[in-house]
Order: sequence, then structure tokens, then C-alpha cells
Amino acid sequence: MAKGGSPPDGELVQLLTPEGERIESVTGSDGTVYRADFTDEEYRGLYRDLVIVRKLDAEATALQRQGELGIWASLLGQEAAQVGSGRALRSQDMAFPTYREHGVLYCRGIDPIMPLGLFRGVDQGGWDPNEFKFNMYTIVIGAQTLHATGYAMGVTMDGKTGTDDGEAVIAYFGDGATSQGDVNEAFIWAGVFNAPLVFFCQNNQYAISEPLERQTRIPLYRRAGGFGFPGIRVDGNDVLASYAVTRAALDHARLGQGPTLIEAYTYRMGAHTTNDDPTRYRIASEVEAWQAKDPIKRVRAFLEREQVADAAFFAEVDEQAKRESLHLRERVLEMPDPSPMTLFDNVYPNGSPLVDQERERFGQYLASFEGSAH
Amino acid sequence: MSRIKHFNLPDLGEGLVEGEIIKWLVQVGDEIELNQPIVEVETAKAAVEIPAKWGGKVVQIHYPEGTTVEVGNPIISIDTDPAAGEAPEPSAASLAAVEVAPAEGSVEPGLIGGPAPKANAVLVGYGPKTPSAKRRPRKTDGAPAAAAAPVAPVVPAPAPPVEPPAPAPGAGRSDQVALAKPPVRKLAKDLGVDLGTLVGSGPQGSITRDDVLAAQNGGAAPVAAPSVAAVPAGAREQRIPVKGVRKLTAENMVASAFTAPHVTVFLTVDMTRTMQAIDRLRVLPDWREVRISPLLLLAKAVLLAAKRHPMVNSTWAGDEIIVKDYVNLGIAAATERGLIVPNIKDADRLSLRGLADALTALVQTAKSGKTPPADMSGGTLTITNVGVFGVDAGTPILPPGESAIIAFGAVREMPWVHEGQIQIRQVTQLAMSFDHRIIDGELGAKYLRDVGAFLSDPEATLLAWT
Repeated sequence: MAKGGSPPDGELVQLLTPEGERIESVTGSDGTVYRADFTDEEYRGLYRDLVIVRKLDAEATALQRQGELGIWASLLGQEAAQVGSGRALRSQDMAFPTYREHGVLYCRGIDPIMPLGLFRGVDQGGWDPNEFKFNMYTIVIGAQTLHATGYAMGVTMDGKTGTDDGEAVIAYFGDGATSQGDVNEAFIWAGVFNAPLVFFCQNNQYAISEPLERQTRIPLYRRAGGFGFPGIRVDGNDVLASYAVTRAALDHARLGQGPTLIEAYTYRMGAHTTNDDPTRYRIASEVEAWQAKDPIKRVRAFLEREQVADAAFFAEVDEQAKRESLHLRERVLEMPDPSPMTLFDNVYPNGSPLVDQERERFGQYLASFEGSAH
Repeated sequence: MSRIKHFNLPDLGEGLVEGEIIKWLVQVGDEIELNQPIVEVETAKAAVEIPAKWGGKVVQIHYPEGTTVEVGNPIISIDTDPAAGEAPEPSAASLAAVEVAPAEGSVEPGLIGGPAPKANAVLVGYGPKTPSAKRRPRKTDGAPAAAAAPVAPVVPAPAPPVEPPAPAPGAGRSDQVALAKPPVRKLAKDLGVDLGTLVGSGPQGSITRDDVLAAQNGGAAPVAAPSVAAVPAGAREQRIPVKGVRKLTAENMVASAFTAPHVTVFLTVDMTRTMQAIDRLRVLPDWREVRISPLLLLAKAVLLAAKRHPMVNSTWAGDEIIVKDYVNLGIAAATERGLIVPNIKDADRLSLRGLADALTALVQTAKSGKTPPADMSGGTLTITNVGVFGVDAGTPILPPGESAIIAFGAVREMPWVHEGQIQIRQVTQLAMSFDHRIIDGELGAKYLRDVGAFLSDPEATLLAWT
């Protein structure tokens, strides 16, 4: 295991190199020590998460190509940032995703079929955000950072911060979103009100087709300084570092010490969405360079080197991933069309007389067609 | 369920209607696995690989590379159980019967439209334009739903019929749910009109308010007018009745544009000498009171050149071509009432002075709106002076019955190579559209070149031609 150290300014916090070499710990500029000490079982678990999340995502992409989903935003290449941060969340922590956080969703214990219903157009997403502490996918770029800020301010008002068991909130967004007014407003509010919030920016280098240099003149994590809270850049293809940095930032927040901006430096290996053709705006050599930094390969190399896992384990994980993706496919193809009456579900948390009335009328309206051609 | 499954080109990107087959990655006879890439398809948005929807053996590839395929059409057929022995050849009938993506299985009825084959429903899959996949399926009683959907779309094509067919009470009533928006349904209910008896004239064959009102009145025609008048006069739109000059212009343009195959040729001309000639004419005692314009000299050029090429002054009459030895020269004029094209009768017999007077009179009469109908008929060759509006060229449409029209662009001072040097010259563009049934490209070019030659050097051309 390599010695620990401090990342030079602008460089990444990294605990697992692309070659699979462990770095014991990294000390941030504020003295925070980042380390990830897992049991062998936990290391294997992280690997399993990464492989399954990638396989399910690939299945969803295939289903879109086959006409079974309207659109899909693949997370390919960003598995470590999502699994690392997702596993760092504690059960009481609340997450606000974009539409690409399938890996975080998986770590929250939500059935991976749920977002497929959304992109198949048969439901609105399907999971209960309160039950899973995972908000609905937000399509509007950056809007969820404001929702998260308001939620986090509420956590403070409820007096749920300041202890080791306090609550924290995490908001996911991308590099492109940092150019949005919403995100900058969220930075201001979270900073000024010391909200228990982690801004988790997956910098995947492209805002659809616009490269990072069209978003910023300085490394994104340094933007936090101007808003009055710390920022840190982590190797987003390193699941251990992503975990450690997120965990530290969440703890910082739950203790009432305010927000942190994490820039998870990663790469979107696939298209922005299935509607996009990345070969039109980026070169193959760049993609190849990032393939060498693959988030899964390095964990596997580490597991093999440390003899934490054997060939039978890897085969078993692959088998499980295949099984789960086939299962996912079968269930997607069987998804029923929604009943129009579900329109009225989940409008108010405790119901509403007006909505009840509308539901009843709509039911009568639908019933009036029965037995007739109207 | 058939072993042979047909994979229809899906809408790969939210509202695409077609894709081009770039490359097949598999061949007929290949054994393939689920999600194995089978084809590269390029759409308006992206070039993508499509993974196989089923494992099995490729039994048919429906389109060669380079073909553009509409969304919803089958592109490949796969035998999903090749180990079971020879599979029946896919035929048109099996294509129809298998419909789309049978793997989805049965679907619960849910939407207002009743049970719908999966691929015909909701947002995903097969785009907005496919004939079978998009429209709401209509099945006849007793027939299996699977067979009904893609085979016979009962719904009329999107182009609405001119008049909604009159309802036939008791007959032709469809058992299917009719397409109509809720307010229209309510109207029908209030008026006691059975939507099932109507054929819709709206998009996708949906039934409109007008259809319902027409049915209630027992006929189509009378109700159309009040319902049009009932359209609220929105402040953001203006409705101008089509009549008078506008109507005539529209009829003439449509009649001409869709009968005579138009070709337009262009020529840029240095007409400095013509402009100088005009200046010299203006000081002659006889011409003091006369309005002399570049248009006058162009008219002269057009007339003189027509003598050299009589075929440009002709009419296509179906089984014969009428070549005229007189020229009724039309001049397109913009008036308050719209575009009119009065003509100068026997213009070719007029002296330049006579032509100048006729032109002046024609323009003044047109501007005052008093052009008599006789002046607007019988034209044989026309000039449109687009230069007065400040533009350089156009591709004019022939007046019906004529075979050539010349557009005269603005005369501009331009850098021009004159006698080996770049000089500021007065340059214009000529464009001539002609009826390609009568005039070949060579004749059109020669004629326009002669017109240009006159404008370039009127004196020498006059001496040479007359």
C-alpha cells in the first residue's frame, strides 16, 4: 500500500489508482484525513455493486434501442462516483438526484425497475421519496439543488443536525449544471444558512456536447470558495475515494458545520442520452484514455492483487448481473399501461377534498363510456 | 406465439420518423444472442448500434444497407427457436399476423382506448408517423387483436376529407371507440349524436366539433359556415378573404407553376452604355416630355431579341405549339390591389417613342387602378421589374399561356472588369424563366444573351440586328 499524502492543489483525492494500487490515506488542505478501511466482504460488495449497476444500465440502453424505452441517460463510466457516494449515505440522509443517478438509486435499495417505468412513459418514477430518502429524478438541469437546499434548511430548523446521528442531505448534479442560475443560488443559500448539504458534482467533462472549458475557467471545486464553504475534488472513478470524501462531507454537514462541494472528476463513457451521438464532438483517443481509468477494472485489480476475491467470485458476480438484467428486461416488457385514475394519486400527502371530488367525477366520466362507443 | 419474430425499427430518439441502415452486423443464417449488436442505424440525431431484441437465428433481413426505413417497419426477422427445426418462411401474412414485438405478452386494458397491443401504446417505441403502429388499433369483433392492428387501418389518412361524409344512421357504425376530445364527446352527448357513426375529419381521423355539428344537422354543408364564423377573432391572427386580384393571382400562379415545367437562367450585364444612351435621349428635343427609364430599353431589347428567336413568344397548346408573330408585351405591375400584368398590344410594331408612351400610360393606368380587363388578357411575353423593389434577381413564374418571362434586377454601381480594368459600371441582373416544354436550355440561353447584348451595347446591336 502506498504512503498517504496531500493532493497538490487542483489534483484529486485518490485512494485507489487506475492500476488498482491502494493509497492508505490522503490529507486534505483543511486537515481532513480521507481514508477507506473496508472489510474484505465490503470490498467485494462494492465490486458487486459496480458490476451490477453497469450491467443494469447497459440493459436499459439496449431496451431503448429496441424501442422499449423512450430515452435513457446512461451512467456508464460514472459507477464509482455513484456507488461510492451512494454507499456513504446513511439511512437518515436524503438524496436529490438528477436523471442519471441509477447507481445511487440502486444503493438506496430502490427497485431498479422504477426509473425504467419513468422512461417508458408508464409512470412518474414510482418510488416513494420519503420511504427511500431519495427524491424523484429531476429532469430540469440543476433545479434539484434548490430543492435540496430548502430541504436541508428544513433539517436544520427541525433541529436534526449537530450530533453524530444528525441528518445530512446530498444534491447530485453535473458539470453543465454549475452554469445554471439555480445551482449558484443554491450555493448562496446553502452557504449563507449553513445548510447540512453536500453538493456532489459529477464532472463527467461534457454538458451534452459542450466540453468543460465552456463551463468554467477554474476547477469546479474551487468555485465553493467564493460562496464561503469548502470544495474538494475527488477521483470520481475511484469508488473508495468517492466513498471517503462523501462520507467526510456528510459527517461535516450532519454535525452542523455546513455545506461542501465535491467535484467527482469522472468521464461519461457513453452518450449524454440515447438521443445523442458523442462521436460528433469528441475524439476517440480521449475516450480511450479514460478507458484506462475504468472504475471497475481497478477494483478488480485490487481484489485480485490482495487475494480478496477469486475467479469463482468474479464469475458469480457476472452471473448475478446477467440474471438481474434479464429479470429487469422481462419486467420492463410486462409493465402495464397506467390506469388514468392514478392521475390523482400522490397529489397531496394527506388527500384533498377537491382532488377527491375530481377523482370521483373523472371516474364517472370514464364509467360513462362503458358499454358504449363514446 | 410464432417462433419468427420481426423487429420493427423503433423511434430511436423521441419523435424520429425514419432511420438509414448504415451497416448490417449480422447476416441471414447467423446465430445471434440477445443484445448482440445487429445493425448500425443513422437517424437525424445519431448513428447508433441496435442490439438484438431476441436471441436466435437471423432468417430475413428486410432492407439492404443504405436504405432509409420508416420507423415501425420490420427490418430483421429472427427465429427465436432455431433448434426446433425448419421454421416457416416469413411471409407477408406472417408479418401481419405477428405484429410487433410479441415478447411483451398480454397487457391489461387500461387506457380509454381499451386494450392496445403494447407497441401501439404509450410513448415508447414506434414513432409518430408509422401507418400501423401509431394509430389506435381497430379490431373487428371476433378477430384476434394481434391480427387486426397493423393490417387494416380504418382511420382515414391524415389529409382530411373535404366534406365530412354524412352519417348513415344504423349502418356503418363502428364498434370501436371513436377518437374525439372530451369537449367534443360532451357536445355529441348533449346533441344526441352517436360518435360511432361518424368518420372524423380531424388529425388521425379524430372527430371534430364540426363533424358532430354536421351530423346533428343531417348534412355537411350548411353547418360549415356558422362554425367557421364561430372561430373567435383572435387579436393575433387576421383572416383575409381570398378574392379579387389575390384570388386571380393565386389561381394563375398555381395553374402555371404546376403545368409548365419552369427553368430559370441568369445573366449579369454591364448596362452602362444603355444608361448613357438614356441620358443622350433625354436631351433630344422630341424626347423632352417623355419618361425614359431603363425598363423602356429592356423592353426594346426583349422585343428585338424575340424577333430573332420567335419560339420564346409562343404558347403550349397540348398537341401543338402556337408561335406568334406579334408581341403583346406584359409588364408586371405592383398596385394597391395587388399584382396585375397589363400588356402593350403589338408592342413589337411600336417605335421606341411609341413604346415609351405606351409604357408610361400602362403604368399610370395600373397605378390608378383603372386597367381595363382587356389590357390584362392576351399577353404573349412578360417583363417583371423586380429591381424597383431593390432586389437583384428572382425566379419568376410564367403567366399562364406564355412561355417566357424576364425579371429585371436593380441597376447598381458595381466594380466590373471593363476593357481590362476594374471600373465602376452600372450592372444589372437578368433572370428568365421559360416553359421547358417549348424552350430548350440552349434557346433560353441564346435569347437571354441577346437581351443582355442589347443592354451592353445598344447602338452596335441595333445596327447589327436591324
